[in-house]
Amino acid sequence: MSLLDIRDLAVSYGGRPAVRGISFSVEPKEVVALVGESGSGKSTTAHAIMGLLPPGGTVDGGRILLGDADLTSWSSRRMESVRGTRIGLVPQDPANSLNPVKTIGAQIGEVFRLHGRGDRRTIRRRVVELLARVGLSDPETRARQYPHELSGGMRQRVLIAIAIALEPQLIIADEPTSALDVTVQRRILDLIDDLRAEFGTAVLLVTHDLGVAAARSDRLVVMKDGLVEEEGPTSAVIADPRAGYTARLLDDAPALSAREFRTAEPGGRGPAVVVRDLVKEFRTGRRPFRAVDGVSFEVAAGTTHALVGESGSGKTTTARMVARFAEPTSGTVEIPGAGPGRLFRRHVQLVYQNPYGSLDPRQSIAEIVEEPLRNFRLGDRAARRTRVTELLERVALPRDVAGRRPRELSGGQRQRVAIARALAAGPEVLVLDEAVSALDVTVQAQILDLLERLQRDLGLTYLFISHDLAVVRQISHTISVMNEGRIVESGTTRQVFTDPCHPYTRELLAAIPEPVR
Amino acid sequence: MARYLLRRTAQAAFVLWAAFTVAYVLLQLLPGDSILIKFQNPELGLSPRQIQEIRAYYGGDVSPLESYATTLLGFLRGGFGYSIDTGTPVVERLAEALPATAVLAGSGFLLAVLIAVVIAFAAGHSRTSWIRGALLAVPSLFVSVPVFWLGILLIQVFSFRLGLVPVIGGSALQQLVLPVLTLAVPIAAPIAQVLARSIDRVQAQAFVPVVAAKGASRWWILWRHVARNAALPALTVAGVTFGELIAGSVVTETVFGRNGIGRLTEQAVNAQDTPVMLAVVVLAAAVFVLVNFAVDVLFPVLDPRLRAVTG
Repeated sequence: MSLLDIRDLAVSYGGRPAVRGISFSVEPKEVVALVGESGSGKSTTAHAIMGLLPPGGTVDGGRILLGDADLTSWSSRRMESVRGTRIGLVPQDPANSLNPVKTIGAQIGEVFRLHGRGDRRTIRRRVVELLARVGLSDPETRARQYPHELSGGMRQRVLIAIAIALEPQLIIADEPTSALDVTVQRRILDLIDDLRAEFGTAVLLVTHDLGVAAARSDRLVVMKDGLVEEEGPTSAVIADPRAGYTARLLDDAPALSAREFRTAEPGGRGPAVVVRDLVKEFRTGRRPFRAVDGVSFEVAAGTTHALVGESGSGKTTTARMVARFAEPTSGTVEIPGAGPGRLFRRHVQLVYQNPYGSLDPRQSIAEIVEEPLRNFRLGDRAARRTRVTELLERVALPRDVAGRRPRELSGGQRQRVAIARALAAGPEVLVLDEAVSALDVTVQAQILDLLERLQRDLGLTYLFISHDLAVVRQISHTISVMNEGRIVESGTTRQVFTDPCHPYTRELLAAIPEPVR
Repeated sequence: MARYLLRRTAQAAFVLWAAFTVAYVLLQLLPGDSILIKFQNPELGLSPRQIQEIRAYYGGDVSPLESYATTLLGFLRGGFGYSIDTGTPVVERLAEALPATAVLAGSGFLLAVLIAVVIAFAAGHSRTSWIRGALLAVPSLFVSVPVFWLGILLIQVFSFRLGLVPVIGGSALQQLVLPVLTLAVPIAAPIAQVLARSIDRVQAQAFVPVVAAKGASRWWILWRHVARNAALPALTVAGVTFGELIAGSVVTETVFGRNGIGRLTEQAVNAQDTPVMLAVVVLAAAVFVLVNFAVDVLFPVLDPRLRAVTG
C-alpha cells in the first residue's frame, strides 16, 4: 500500500479551479518531486494534503489517502491530530515562517506540547537534541534565541527540526530552498536527504526548480494548469521526456541547458563602465560595516558583465553605486558619455527584481512607459505616443496592454514593461538587479532572450546582478564573483565556469543542482 | 537602554513644559478675569479700589512674564498656587478629586480594553462571514455614540425603567457601573478596530500555516501566536486614547453627578479659576506622557526585534 495516494483530486478557489483531477502516489521512504511553474497547482496540492487550504479554497472532489484513511472526509479537529505527527511541513519562506516574538526553543517545543508528548524537562532536552541534529552549533543558545537573530539557512534548519520532531512518515517540503543562496540550498537539501535516510521518512518535494527536483528525487510529477503532464522515475523523465511541456521546461531550465558561452566580439568601442576601488561603508552601531570593499571592474561597451554573489556579498550595493542611487565612501565610477545630475538617468537605467513592486499600480502601462519621456520632456504628445507603441513592440508586448494596469499582467509581462520603461529615455547602460530571479523558468528564458536581442539591436551595455550562476552563464560575457564585499574572481564567462581559480567560485559552481543527464 | 530612557525622560519633560506654557498663554488670553467674576458682585458692595487691592493680593498686577516665571517655578516645586474660587490650595482640590477619577478612568480603560479584545478576537476566530461582519460593525457604532447621550440613555434604561441601579444612594460599586460603561464604550471602539485589523494582518503571515502544520487548533494559533504579534498597534492606539479618558470623564462626571477631576474642571471653567485649570491641564498632560512612556517601554518587551534597536 502506498503511504500517500492522491486520486482525482480537484481543488478550486471561489469556483475557479486550481487543481483539476490529479492522481499520484508516494511510497514509503520515497522522494517524489512535484514540479511546475507558478499557477500550476503544485502548492495548492501540497496545502490540500495537509488540509491547510487558504480561505476560499475547497476540495471539490477526489480522495487523499494517507495509509488507509481518507483525509478529505476528516473534520478539521481530526486533521489536527495528523499534522505534525504523521505529516510534517517544511515551508517555503524561512524568513517569515517562524513567529518573530517567540524563541526558537518554544517553537520547536510546541510540537511536543500540542500532541502531549513529554513533560517540560523532556521537551527541553528533545529540543536541544533536534537543534543539534539539524546541524546548528551551540543548540542551547539557539533554543533561547529569537528568529531574527538567525540567518535564513539557520531558520530553515529550525523549520526542518520542527517538521521532523515527531518523526512523521511524510514530509511535505514546499519550495524549501527557493529563498536561500545556492551553497546554503545544497546543505539544506543534503540535510533533508540525511534525515530521510535516518528516519525513513518519505518526502514530497514541491519545487519550481527542475534542477533541484532532478538531483534530489526518485520520481517526478510534472504539473501544468492543474493537471499532471507527466509522471515517472526521475532519471527516465529527464533522459526522455514524453510530454512536450516537460521537454520545454528542461530546455528552459538554465542549469540544464548546455548552451554555448557568449563571447564578446571585439567592437573597439572602449569601456562603457569603469569602476575603481569602490568602497561603501555603513554605520551600524560602533564600528562601520564595509559592504563593498575595494571593488574594481570594467564593462566593455555592448557587452554584459555579471556581478555574482550570495546575499550579503555587496553586489546590489555595488549596482546601486554604479546607478548613482548610493554615494560611494571612496573610489570612483566612470561612465563615459553620461551627463551630470538628472541627465545621468538618460544614459543609465535600472531594472529591478520585483516586477510587482516596481510598477505604480494606479498608472496604465502606457503611462508607465511614457513617464521617463515626460520627465525629460522628450517630444510632444503625439511623438511620445508613437514612441510608447514602438517600445512595447520592442519588448514584444501585444498592442492592447497599453491601456491596462499592472495587476492585469503576468509577472513576465510586467518585467517586459519595466524593461520598456528603462529603455524609454534611450539609455546606453542598463543595470539589471536580479531582473529575472522572480520569474518562472520558461518566462525567465524568454526575458533572457529578449535582453540578448535588445543588446544586439541597440548596442546596450548590461551590468547584470544575480545570485543565479546558471542564468549568469547564459547571459554574460564577463563575470566578477563577489564574496563579503570583495571580488574574489573575475574573467570571461568561459574561464570562470570551466577553470575557476578561487575556492569560493568552485563551491558556488558545485552547488548548482545538476542532474546526471 | 540607559541612554534611551534618558532621551525619553527629556522628551517627556519638554512635552510637559510645552503643555504648561501653551495652556498658560491661552488662559491669559481669555477675556474676563476670575477676580472680577468673584468680587464685582454688587451684593458684596466692594469699591473699585478694594477690588484693585484684592487683585494685587492675588498677584494680578505683576508683568505677564514675571507672573509666568513665578507660576512655572511654583509648578516645579510642586506648588500649584491657590484656587481663586475657594481660596484653598490647588493641590488640595486636586488631591480630593483625583482618587474618584482614577478609579473611574482606570476601570473605564480596563473595561474598554476587555470589550475591544473580546470583539476583535471573536471576529478573528469566526469563520462565518456575516457574524464577522456584524462584530466588525460594532466598533463603528460605538465610536459614533456621544458620551453624554449614552450616559443619559443608560440612566434611563437601567435606573428608571429596569430599576437595576439606584440613581441616588447605592453602594460605591453600584455608583460606578454606569459611568464606567459610559466612559468605556467610545474608547473601546478605536482599540477594537485597530486590534481586529491587526489580527487579520498577522493571520495572513507565513508563520501561521506553519503553526497549523504542527497540529495547532485555530484558537491555539489565535491566542498563543497571533495575539502577541497583533498587540503592538493596538497598544499604541490604547495609549493615545488614554487622553480621551480625561475629556470623557468631564462629561461622564457631570452627567452622573460624580465628584472628580472632570467635575473640578467644569467648575473651574465656569469660575475662570485659572490656577485650577492650569493644574488640570498639566496633570492631564503628565498622565498622557506617562502612559505613552509606559507603552514605549512595553514595546520591546512584547517584540524582541525591537530590543536591539532601543539598546
